Amino acid sequence: MKKNLWRMVPFLIFMVLALFFWRGLSLDPHEVPSAQVGKALPAFKLPTLESDKIFTPAVLRGHVVLLNVWASWCAACTEEQIFLMELAQKGVVIYGLDYKDHPNDAKAWLEEWGNPYRSIGSDRDGKVSIDLGVYGAPETFLIDKTGVIRYRHVGVLTKEIWAREFLMRIKHWEAQA
Amino acid sequence: MIAEIGLFSLVLALLFAILLVAVPTWGLLVEKPRLINAARVYVCGQFLFVAISYCCLTACFLNDDFTVIYVLTNSSLTLPWFYKLCAVWGGHEGSMLLWVAILSVWMLAVNFFSRELERAIRIRVLVVLGALSVGFILFLLATSNPFLRQFQLLKSTGRDLNPLLQDPGFLFHPPMLYMGYVGFSVAFAFAIAALWLGRVEASWAKWTRPWTLAAWCCLTAGITLGSWWAYRELGWGGWWFWDPVENASFMPWLVGTALLHSLMVSEKRQQLMAWTLLLAISAFSLSLVGTFLVRSGVLTSVHAFAVDPSRGLYILIFLLVVIGGSLLLFAARAQTLQNQRRLAVVSRASALLLNSVFLGVAMLTVLMGTVYPLLIDGLGLGKLSVGAPYFNTVFIPLMIPVFILMGVGVHLHWQGDSPRRLFARLNKEIVLSFILPALLLMVLEKKINAGVYLGLVLAAWVLLSSARVFWTRVKQRGMRDIGPSFIGMVMAHCGMAVTMIGIAVSSGYGLQDDVKMAPGSHAMLAGYTIEFISESVLTGPNYHGSRARFLIHNAHHHAEIFPEKRIYDVGQMAMTDSAIDVTPFRDIYIALGEPLDDDAWSVRLYYKPFVRWIWGGGFLIVMGGLCALSHRRYYTHKKPLPSLEAPTL
Amino acid sequence: MRLLFLSCMLLSLTGFANSMYPLDTPKQEAQFNYLLRELRCLVCQNQDLADSNAGLAKDLRQEVYELVKSGKSDNDIIAYLTARYGDFILFTPPLKAVTVVLWFGPLLFMVTGLLVFWKTCLKRSGDE
Repeated sequence: MKKNLWRMVPFLIFMVLALFFWRGLSLDPHEVPSAQVGKALPAFKLPTLESDKIFTPAVLRGHVVLLNVWASWCAACTEEQIFLMELAQKGVVIYGLDYKDHPNDAKAWLEEWGNPYRSIGSDRDGKVSIDLGVYGAPETFLIDKTGVIRYRHVGVLTKEIWAREFLMRIKHWEAQA
Repeated sequence: MIAEIGLFSLVLALLFAILLVAVPTWGLLVEKPRLINAARVYVCGQFLFVAISYCCLTACFLNDDFTVIYVLTNSSLTLPWFYKLCAVWGGHEGSMLLWVAILSVWMLAVNFFSRELERAIRIRVLVVLGALSVGFILFLLATSNPFLRQFQLLKSTGRDLNPLLQDPGFLFHPPMLYMGYVGFSVAFAFAIAALWLGRVEASWAKWTRPWTLAAWCCLTAGITLGSWWAYRELGWGGWWFWDPVENASFMPWLVGTALLHSLMVSEKRQQLMAWTLLLAISAFSLSLVGTFLVRSGVLTSVHAFAVDPSRGLYILIFLLVVIGGSLLLFAARAQTLQNQRRLAVVSRASALLLNSVFLGVAMLTVLMGTVYPLLIDGLGLGKLSVGAPYFNTVFIPLMIPVFILMGVGVHLHWQGDSPRRLFARLNKEIVLSFILPALLLMVLEKKINAGVYLGLVLAAWVLLSSARVFWTRVKQRGMRDIGPSFIGMVMAHCGMAVTMIGIAVSSGYGLQDDVKMAPGSHAMLAGYTIEFISESVLTGPNYHGSRARFLIHNAHHHAEIFPEKRIYDVGQMAMTDSAIDVTPFRDIYIALGEPLDDDAWSVRLYYKPFVRWIWGGGFLIVMGGLCALSHRRYYTHKKPLPSLEAPTL
Repeated sequence: MRLLFLSCMLLSLTGFANSMYPLDTPKQEAQFNYLLRELRCLVCQNQDLADSNAGLAKDLRQEVYELVKSGKSDNDIIAYLTARYGDFILFTPPLKAVTVVLWFGPLLFMVTGLLVFWKTCLKRSGDE
């Protein structure tokens, strides 16, 4: 009888493994969760794209805002631009971070695809983006009124993801003081 | 039209596979020999139609039929014809068809070479293989049909085969690997057949061994080729990355090696039967798990095929049925196959068991490291990476007992031995193993690197021990009667030692430098002067780019090599084609990095001493296996032995 | 644990030079090359920072280079990067509660294996 139990061990090990495999089918191994969630925005000082003003975390204070990391060379960013314009029209406050881009190219790109941003910081060498833990454009950060990062989405922002991940978080952080 | 014929043939093959499972099984139940013997016809039928299907897909590639989606995404008009032949297995669907084709080939071989095998086992083996075929062909037809058509892009010139695959290594590496993976299904089938039948003949191990050996040789060759190809092709000078797909091929190999050794004990001493059965089941199970990991998208890998969750789910269900079912069968029936004889602690039989234990531990270690990120993510505990540094740290210490045992085991007697006598016999070899490498390193390198020294000591031990056992055998039996199995074993063990030398020296004394070079400049590496002579424009059949001319020279040596930077026309993918100056004792490897301003390039230079020995060792191992496979006893069989009841039933 | 790795690296991989990123002392060079091998490229996720040609990899190489040049220790640099990118960027998982099984697992397997071996050898005839 005892021998029989030992013989079951390979089977049991396999079943546990299979369980995790099944679970793994609905996970994305490439996705890197942000290490910045729950932390305040790192200090930065960047030139803005549209004027002589300076882009700092203070600019974003006071509302629950989106910080969208984009670039004119990023093909996927064009996909989400239409949706971002819709959001901006609905009153969502969006700021932009122009990632490793040339200001002229960026301005031309905005002319063509639309500008939903209240203000855009120009991160030419990408250092601020590294501080934010950015690893590829486009990315969108959700930042609360006090300047703390509450969520990060990697990739194109779509209606589904907005509804699933952002809406309830925005409501929650809006309600906070 | 051809594509439709191919699809239809596949359906017919499925039919034959189903018949192969159903009819003989029914025949066994109702004891009708005619039904049972029909298995032979069904195997031939399945093989025929799978072959037709595979040839049809190949024809589609050679004809540039871009209405077939799979051809469109894996080929192009300008692809050279020999790469079109291999592009058939360049993507998921085609590689699965190759898998099924190879399975059918093995089944045909088993059918042909097993005439003298007792019918009860032979038929069950074929039925099990047929069941596996059903599963795979269904998978193809349901989720991975290579013959799907599209009629929108009629003027397309094809999306081209991934440039990384456009290399001679690609001709051999995947088919060899699949021969190995699929070949283990034969051992698996033999194990299931024995469990199904409820008894193990004395000859069971003898029958299973050549099939396992053949599959193992193919897998060893496939892994060696893959490593060599990665080194040549990827431009990073590395030859093993512990990538999940590489681990997926390594785990069956580890278990396959354990199986090979365990079969020896089972054949000669009728011991460790249950253990051997478990290993046979595990080897193929790991091949299947590997297939799942690579094609389902649960792990990140540079090798992964385009993923689709529905495919992953199907494979997982297949895994549950095949592996879960066979392990349950094992749990239920294996206890009836226990042996009586006691295993002396110090004996060849126990050494072989210990070897299996060590290899099993190695396999579990690699498995855990590979799936750990998945486990942690699945439990919601975050994202982790488990990369090469981890594997190197835990795996290398495990190899120490394996190598020690390799040298000890061959000298032990089957029944029992005394450690003291053994030590007395081998004390010269033990001492020399420590002294020779030390001397060598002091003389050649003027310093001793601890890691390299350890590797060389282990390799020396295996080489000296093998030489000793070979010498003893020659004295006992004379040169003529040594026997191919024995020679094969010595060759394979020496091959392991050679590989170890290659790994130790190239890792320990390798040099690397990243330099900025422009035509006319030079750099120094390992006593060689490396000059960047010129750069020219490069045009190939389906690519263009730059070709650089480098001169490598010192007092005794003078060679020119041509690293390239290619941009493939379709898809505009940039690729580094590194150039290597090869000699038996060292490689100089040059890879062009990025073009910098004013004509310069960032160039990576490598000096890799003894790196060829890594694959030379692998080659030696395969030769050893083939040598053992040539033994006459696998090809001449007496009438099936009268049913010897295995001890205790 | 890291000291062990660094010493293993120094013992086994003796010859790394990187003229594109010149450093002052061999120790700094060794540190730089060690770190590049330990850090994952997040874009080409199965390459380390030493080998990857991705834009982010270049930027991060530059970051690491500057940190090494300024004399920061391994721990400082790793903390700097994991604060931004999480543990995922490390190829060698740090020893935490979550990775205990990973690091001690092989030892456990070996002990279990040896126990199995011992039990098998000590089985007496006729005993099931």
